[in-house]
Amino acid sequence: MQFGILINEGPYTHQASDSAFLFARTAIEKGHTVPRVFFYHDGVNNSNRLATPPQDDRNVSARWSKLAAEHGVDLVVCVAAAQRRGITDDVLAPGFRISGLGQLVEMGIQYDRLVTFGD
Amino acid sequence: MSDMDEMDDGSGIVKKFMFLNRKAPHGTVYALEGLEVVLITAAFDQDVSMVFTDDGVYQLMKGIDSKGIEVKDFSKTYRALEGYDIEKLYVDQKSMDARGLTEEDLIVDVTVLSVDEMANLMAEQDVVISF
Repeated sequence: MQFGILINEGPYTHQASDSAFLFARTAIEKGHTVPRVFFYHDGVNNSNRLATPPQDDRNVSARWSKLAAEHGVDLVVCVAAAQRRGITDDVLAPGFRISGLGQLVEMGIQYDRLVTFGD
Repeated sequence: MSDMDEMDDGSGIVKKFMFLNRKAPHGTVYALEGLEVVLITAAFDQDVSMVFTDDGVYQLMKGIDSKGIEVKDFSKTYRALEGYDIEKLYVDQKSMDARGLTEEDLIVDVTVLSVDEMANLMAEQDVVISF
């Protein structure tokens, strides 16, 4: 099955991004595909490569980047939401790209399921 | 948003998208940014429904004035939805009752649904996005 994932909350304050990551990783392990993850609202902050959490904590943006590199997951950050929050190409972690809301709507149209992680 | 009329994913597929609005219009950005997704989805010629439930019913209330909190008042956008062919607007009866609201208090025409009717409507959808 093809899963699209929508993440509406930023890292660390909310569990949404962690739950989405675990869901995506598990879905892929089980033989499903996650062609794209879309980051909206404060979720755009998950793409910030400048975040440096303590060594003994997970690095949210880095592990999304790793998943993208290993499994070809397209990590899309909403341009309008990103601009509001100062997320530009300069701070994007590897594997993330900035694009429009049309990329979210396409997931709903083309994939078998669209799963939202948010508040 | 004139360029939105041109959008198409090329597949010709039309799915039923429901947007579930659960939050008050101000206090958080969900309602405002959620509306953006609704308009883009309509531009892709999809079958769009909007549901207002919990504090989301306040999004449609008459007389919203956000000047005092110095944020944009976007409540006029709900009136413009018709122009984007978004005409399926539903509110949850229980949420309205709990807040002492009636259809008279709202800025647009809506269909009021019971919990059971709402559940049936949700079950018919291909995609449900909740803000």
